[in-house]
Amino acid sequence: MNPLAFQFLVIVRLGIKSLLLHKLRSALTMLGIIFGVCSVIAMLAIGEGASYEAQEAIKRLGSANIIIRSVKPPEDAKLSGIGRAQSIDYGLTYRDAARIQDTVPGVKRVLPVRIIRENVRFAQNSVPCQVLGTLSFYPEIVGLEIVRGRFLSDWDEINNENVCVLTVGLAQRLFPYQDPLEQSVKVDAFYYRVVGLVREQNLPEQRTQSGQMEGEPLDNNVYIPLSTSRTRFGEVLIRRSAGSFEAEKVELHQITVQMNDTATVETADPQIKTLLRRFHEKVDYETIVPLQLLRQAEQTKRIFNIVLGSIAAISLLVGGIGIMNIMLATVTERTREIGIRRALGATRRDITLQFLVETVVLAVGGGLIGVMVGVLTPLLVSHLTTMKTIITLWSVLLAFGISGAVGVIFGLYPAKAAAQLDPIEALRHE
Amino acid sequence: MAAVDTIIRLEGVKKHYVLGAEVTVRALDGVNLEVKRGSYVAIMGPSGSGKSTMLNILGCLDRPTAGRYYLGGIDVSEMPDDQLSAARGRMIGFIFQSYNLIAQLTVIENIQVPLLYQRKDLRAYYDHCVQLARLVGLGDRLHHRPNQLSGGQQQRVAIARSLVNDPLMILADEPTGNLDSQTGREVLELIDTLNAQGKTIVLVTHDERVAGRAQRIIHMRDGLIDREVLNGHRQAATAPPHKS
Repeated sequence: MNPLAFQFLVIVRLGIKSLLLHKLRSALTMLGIIFGVCSVIAMLAIGEGASYEAQEAIKRLGSANIIIRSVKPPEDAKLSGIGRAQSIDYGLTYRDAARIQDTVPGVKRVLPVRIIRENVRFAQNSVPCQVLGTLSFYPEIVGLEIVRGRFLSDWDEINNENVCVLTVGLAQRLFPYQDPLEQSVKVDAFYYRVVGLVREQNLPEQRTQSGQMEGEPLDNNVYIPLSTSRTRFGEVLIRRSAGSFEAEKVELHQITVQMNDTATVETADPQIKTLLRRFHEKVDYETIVPLQLLRQAEQTKRIFNIVLGSIAAISLLVGGIGIMNIMLATVTERTREIGIRRALGATRRDITLQFLVETVVLAVGGGLIGVMVGVLTPLLVSHLTTMKTIITLWSVLLAFGISGAVGVIFGLYPAKAAAQLDPIEALRHE
Repeated sequence: MAAVDTIIRLEGVKKHYVLGAEVTVRALDGVNLEVKRGSYVAIMGPSGSGKSTMLNILGCLDRPTAGRYYLGGIDVSEMPDDQLSAARGRMIGFIFQSYNLIAQLTVIENIQVPLLYQRKDLRAYYDHCVQLARLVGLGDRLHHRPNQLSGGQQQRVAIARSLVNDPLMILADEPTGNLDSQTGREVLELIDTLNAQGKTIVLVTHDERVAGRAQRIIHMRDGLIDREVLNGHRQAATAPPHKS
């Protein structure tokens, strides 16, 4: 081994030996750093995990997309459901979709969606679900995975075909024993031939409405061609609930506008709003821009990280002050030893190095234990709760690096103080 | 350096402590002294005579206010702190009254401490350290801690430690002060042996019997050398080895 490295190793070993002389004291001193490092890693992991899910959900909405949804205007909501049959007319229209496609620059595709709540039946099985009337490119925009068969085609759309695509979860409930492909399911009064099975990667529509559907699985979807939806269900949707019934006339529940690239999203957003405002008397729609949500989420996360980081930094600072305090006491206690070492030829630098090494060993040792505890804590949290946690490498490195830095910064003063002692005074010290 | 026969030369060394605006303590007030290689010198004197200050100066723990101190032919009287540390480690072996071993280190590690500060490779000198431990009769206690040893044994460790760098001189400060007379005699005999092997010994004591073992006894008073006694029968036994 390199003599210099060996020399350093000897100093480190002697430092550890000195620390082991007071095991409890060293352990207690380390605790401050352990908690500091642990809290940095655990807090960042929990924060990271919390923001991750939100961000993933937003990302899956598509950063090049603008989503417009029909919203029941509040004044009409009051009137509805009071005995008398009353049709409420609101929401997005086919013409809105066409206008956006024609007038807003940079639009790649416009995807209209109708959502109808119905039961779907096969033999004795009946499952409440959402019937989505949409076009053939729906999977590309929303992110559907086609598991078997095919999705709806343009041919289906043109010919008002009675075909449908089921989500995997729904298919399992409807067809516990049979192969769902090419079977016919009944929705309302009509039969639809199953042509494909899909898996939803993301269900924004349901997720926002899940308040009404609590307890139900999220993937009960039946996809049918938009034209079929229009002819089979008509424009006026009637919903019966205990003692009253509601009728609403909604052409489209959602329009997803896909832009050519993410750069045009933010210019297109106000243009779409202006366009809709011109043709809608009331504000019976809302727009969601995933890109903006993503930005906000990232901003929030940044602030969150800064706050968490500051808290953790303060705890590390406190730990560092604890170390400095103990090291100052140690220097006083070991004045005699410092005198002896000086007499035996140690320079001031040797003494500084010795005490600095001891402090750094304390801090880094505490840092290592802190990293272990800090990695275990989030794992435990996600094991015991449903909270997602993500331990990032940089948070571990950061925490560990800070603990080392704390050792050097807070060790320097006591070490310098030790080195400045006069050897004669130090030797005389009792 | 090996050829220098005068290990210590003090020329008009003064050490003044300024305690206040008006009060100056003249701990040493112009001391001249020469110590030859291989000699055994005892410094005696009542407290306040400048004995301790002399020890500190001779041990390179302190610098004189005025005058010159040549240690092994090198002027150390105005050396900066770091060089002074190096000079202590290389040229002086200390033996203290209270042994001054490092509590958390074992016997062998205590002996190694001066090597550490000479940037020596401890592995290469391990056998040397073991030999020194055997020399002082502690070959079977290498891995004991100081608190597991008797006072006499601890002082023997200190003697082994003082020898590890093969210093020009050994500076002993009341080496038997904390020992009973029997153990003290054994330690002094060990020091005698070292002197017989050619080591230069400077011993500070107020005990006549301890000083009696030296060839030269220097009595100090009021910061000056008061008188010097040559101890005839000892001098004959260990004459300094003159070359040429």
